[in-house]
Amino acid sequence: MNQIFSNISLLFEFPVVNISILLEGLMIGSLFALSAYGLALVWGVMNVKNLAQGDFVVAGGYVSWFFSQYGMHPLFGVPLAFVIMWGIGWVIYKTVISRVIERDLFTSLLATFGLAIMMAQLMNLMFGSDTQSIKLEFETLYFFDDFVSIPIAKLIGVIMALSLAAAVITFMKTSRMGQAIRATAQDARAARVMGIDTEKIYAFTFSLNSAICGAAGAIIVMVWLIQPFYGITYSIRAFVIVTAAGLGNLPGVIAAGLGIGALEQYGSHIFGIGYQQAIAVLLLLFVLFIRLLQQRRSRQALR
Amino acid sequence: MITQKPIFYAGLLALIIVLPFLFPTYGVQLAAMWLMIIVAMTWDMTGGQMGYNSLGNIFFYGTGMYVAALVFIGFSHDIGQYTDASGGGSFQFTDAQYFTGLFLGLIAAGFFCAVSAVVIGMLIFGLRGPYFAIGTLAVAIAAGELVSNWDWVGGGQGIALPIYPGDIDVGKKFFYFMFAGLGVSVFIFLKWLYTTRFGAAINAIRDDEEKAEAMGIHTMWYKLTTWAISAFFVGIAGGLSAFQLIHFEPLESAYQTINLGIFMVVCVLLGGKGTLWGPVIGAIVFHLFKEITWAYLLGWQWVALGGLIVVTVVYFQDGFMGWLKHQKPEWFGIRVEDSSTGKAGTAE
Repeated sequence: MNQIFSNISLLFEFPVVNISILLEGLMIGSLFALSAYGLALVWGVMNVKNLAQGDFVVAGGYVSWFFSQYGMHPLFGVPLAFVIMWGIGWVIYKTVISRVIERDLFTSLLATFGLAIMMAQLMNLMFGSDTQSIKLEFETLYFFDDFVSIPIAKLIGVIMALSLAAAVITFMKTSRMGQAIRATAQDARAARVMGIDTEKIYAFTFSLNSAICGAAGAIIVMVWLIQPFYGITYSIRAFVIVTAAGLGNLPGVIAAGLGIGALEQYGSHIFGIGYQQAIAVLLLLFVLFIRLLQQRRSRQALR
Repeated sequence: MITQKPIFYAGLLALIIVLPFLFPTYGVQLAAMWLMIIVAMTWDMTGGQMGYNSLGNIFFYGTGMYVAALVFIGFSHDIGQYTDASGGGSFQFTDAQYFTGLFLGLIAAGFFCAVSAVVIGMLIFGLRGPYFAIGTLAVAIAAGELVSNWDWVGGGQGIALPIYPGDIDVGKKFFYFMFAGLGVSVFIFLKWLYTTRFGAAINAIRDDEEKAEAMGIHTMWYKLTTWAISAFFVGIAGGLSAFQLIHFEPLESAYQTINLGIFMVVCVLLGGKGTLWGPVIGAIVFHLFKEITWAYLLGWQWVALGGLIVVTVVYFQDGFMGWLKHQKPEWFGIRVEDSSTGKAGTAE
């Protein structure tokens, strides 16, 4: 208990520490927002709640890590993970997801949960259960008398995340395909009547989601750690963000992503690193509860 | 059919009793099979009969483990000192202390879980469908993470309990019969419960909760009671596992979200959701599959299990009982000319 109070008082005594924690949180949060955007996309377009989301992220990280073992520069890992995870996502869509779209929501949840277990275990068998990361040979910038340190690698990661997000959003807003995806999300039957091949749209959307997650994972492996069983917490975080922001609310997803990143960093600073996963999960319960109270006012259930 | 039923049940009971004597080396596995049957049957109460698919029933299993163990230890010793020494040799339990503590622990585990089900249920029963599933999953994961940071109950290392006093083989049979007794009681209880008005009410909630409420069914009360009953049994089963396993820790054995927590759902889906026999058959089939993959597919067992989950959910969701109902509707009393026999199978 005393430890917690001294950690809190540290934040007030040295305000610069706040900046350091906040920056770290925002950097990580931008990656959470990326995978949450993919989840919102799949959720909104084909009504599939993908619990394997986090395992796509981790798988993307392992793709990048695996090829960097053979001398590839880690920065190329991001586009490579994007492409490879696109393919994996397409295969998963064709074998599993396409058969659960029309079913009730619990089916998709459970099927993707099974997928998550399978993927985590396959990665464990292929790459071992150790935590992995890629060290980038870049300098670290220091500010405020060395209180705030920003490794350039992390900066590059954030910039890549931002540009990926910008590219995806521009694609969704302007391209013909993006328009078709949005039309399918609004009303799949009407879209079919208008001549849109919704099956193709679903496959494309799911592959895109998987690719976005893969790229996010390839960034995470440069700035953080990955481990085969970390997937579920990324899934939970993505659910927190989407549940808090609601579907089709892009600014909300970004804000919630950055927010949860910052909150988690503050939480693990105050309560200790052991609580980091618990904080992510408790935030989900908190968000669900708040949303529930909002719905209860109009006597409706959250479904 | 009617005259054969008592013979069938008597034969089954006899089989249950002689099973550990026929296969003495598989005592632990047989007890684990009963555990699977119990958690599958209780999951089906909310998931199959009431339509609330919980992914967090494992919370009650883990909580039951901890409550039973703590009550057991607290009955004879100081809990903080015991966990500090991680159950070291300086703490002795007499036979009387062991058995009294065990039964007190199991009862406490059951009631604590029932109460916590009511409390958690009041917070999250407004959630429907997938949100309920994710919410309950979050409760289970959060509990595991919090307990693993709580030093007073042993932290991440968990708790080590004393072994069964007396002969090891007798101990195995003792736990087998405890689990089997609990399983049989749950089965009889549910068989009776599903024929009552209560069973009809929770089926109404599954079919259409708004209409059920409009018909004057106090849905919240029924939901809380159902979950509390199911939590009560899971809690006792968890407590029993704690004594059987001797040592347990929070993330891998108590709040094992991705092991038992998901297995119970798969058992029910495999056997058939919303039927009395479905969870039992599903649990037996799943347990056999699990033990065989564990024995022969070293390292790949999880992949096989994940694959089984995906295949069950995607291709075989009605389960064995659903398939049987489709093949032999007359076995379930679904007959046009004679509707007086056996209503148990006509829940759909």
